[in-house]
Amino acid sequence: MTPTYIARSTAVAARRLGDEMVVMSALDSTLFTLSEVGAVLWQAADGRTPLDEIVREHVCTAFSVDAGTALRDAEEFVRALAERGILLVSSQPIASPAAPQGEAAAASAAGEPR
Amino acid sequence: MSLMAELIRKAVALGVPLTAHVDLTYRCNERCEHCYLDHDDKGEMSFNEISGLLGQLADAGVFFLILSGGEPMLRRDFFDIVARARALLFNVKVKTNAVLVRTAEAQRLRALGVEQMQVSVYSHRPEIHDAVTKLPGSLRRTIEGIRALRAAGLKVAVANVMMRSNLADRQGVAAMARELGATYSADPTVTPMMDGDRSVLDLRIEGSELHSLFQDKELVGDPEAFCAPPPPVDDDARNALPCSAGHSSCYISPYGDVFPCVQFPLPSGNIRTQKFLDIWRHSPQLEEVRSIRTVGLPVCSSCAHLGACTRCPGLAWTEGNMRGPSSADCEKSFYRTGVPSANMLARGLTTFPVGIAETGLAAFPPAAHRHAMGLIQIAPLRQTAA
Repeated sequence: MTPTYIARSTAVAARRLGDEMVVMSALDSTLFTLSEVGAVLWQAADGRTPLDEIVREHVCTAFSVDAGTALRDAEEFVRALAERGILLVSSQPIASPAAPQGEAAAASAAGEPR
Repeated sequence: MSLMAELIRKAVALGVPLTAHVDLTYRCNERCEHCYLDHDDKGEMSFNEISGLLGQLADAGVFFLILSGGEPMLRRDFFDIVARARALLFNVKVKTNAVLVRTAEAQRLRALGVEQMQVSVYSHRPEIHDAVTKLPGSLRRTIEGIRALRAAGLKVAVANVMMRSNLADRQGVAAMARELGATYSADPTVTPMMDGDRSVLDLRIEGSELHSLFQDKELVGDPEAFCAPPPPVDDDARNALPCSAGHSSCYISPYGDVFPCVQFPLPSGNIRTQKFLDIWRHSPQLEEVRSIRTVGLPVCSSCAHLGACTRCPGLAWTEGNMRGPSSADCEKSFYRTGVPSANMLARGLTTFPVGIAETGLAAFPPAAHRHAMGLIQIAPLRQTAA
């Protein structure tokens, strides 16, 4: 099976608000909120980790769902966000995903001392 | 309830500052006659300070980040600041006069993922616009900047402050915005200077002209509905929060001072000496602002306009009491509906003599926001869940 890699588009804004993730495309100003599971997938979309591994490591363990069902739902979710330009999808690792959010994470991404 | 309204409701419930307005500098290349700022640099935050602030804002939950000034593009590190903000995944909107924008700058802003550029325009006629800005050639340069931004694919919102000197040109500016592919919003607000000088208020349009403004379909949509008598006051109106200031939004000056709103100059802390979240959560001033409920307002709670008024607690504060009436909003409510406000009646007035409302303020009532005013315009709204 060909692995699927996902990365956050650089043209979006995103922030966690309570148990949801708020995402907005800078391209067309479309605003989304992602559920808790969607937020987990979004935050794990680093361009390097295959989708099935993200589902296994982050979704199945946290939400007590079987791998087959979770992967099918995740693939549908990824397809929907990719159609809107929110997520990038490839069969190869994706080189330059958006930086993670948060002060410490951004400092790390910028090469600044923690 | 729209998704945006739902987000604000949730942010208020969680105590999250969803929106932050950060002025990067008070310096400016224009000298607009109505500007409320002192343009000297009294010790602006450095890039490192702003970078640290942005990180704190991201961790506090700020999603909508408005970068403004002064003219923010005068800062040599402006693009570094925008890049830092975008790396932290803020939705970034920049308020500018676009005088310094050319193709390279526009393309860079687009590449960084700025969501919207709001550009101030006062007239479609150079002799009027340039007289307001006191910068010869400024309209031509601003239009060139807007064209560059549009060519790069950026959304542009033309913001038109309406004053006595340019009121007649509103439709010309709106037509120009359409030709440039920009949205248009108009605002009759002129606020006192931050040092308390109120002389700029003489530039405000007369209250009686508000009435004709409120009949303009392009601004208000359906004038009949817009100018309808105020709706009955119900419990929702009585228990409503006055506005988002201090609840889900805040303002930070170039010197790190935190305020409830750019139009509510109540000093609430400084990020050079305190963590932002400590100020946001524990500042006595912000706690005081958050304690305001419509039902507890000494004059306004008995007002017929309670359910539709946009009473600004910031302007009320500049008049002496954050729980008091905001005369400019009383004026708008009156000229919109013909119904005197409780504040007017308490003062024995059934109409406004010229100049009684000392302050002009932000907004038309909520219905008009859909057509003209929104600070953050988002369309279309869609919701997707995993």
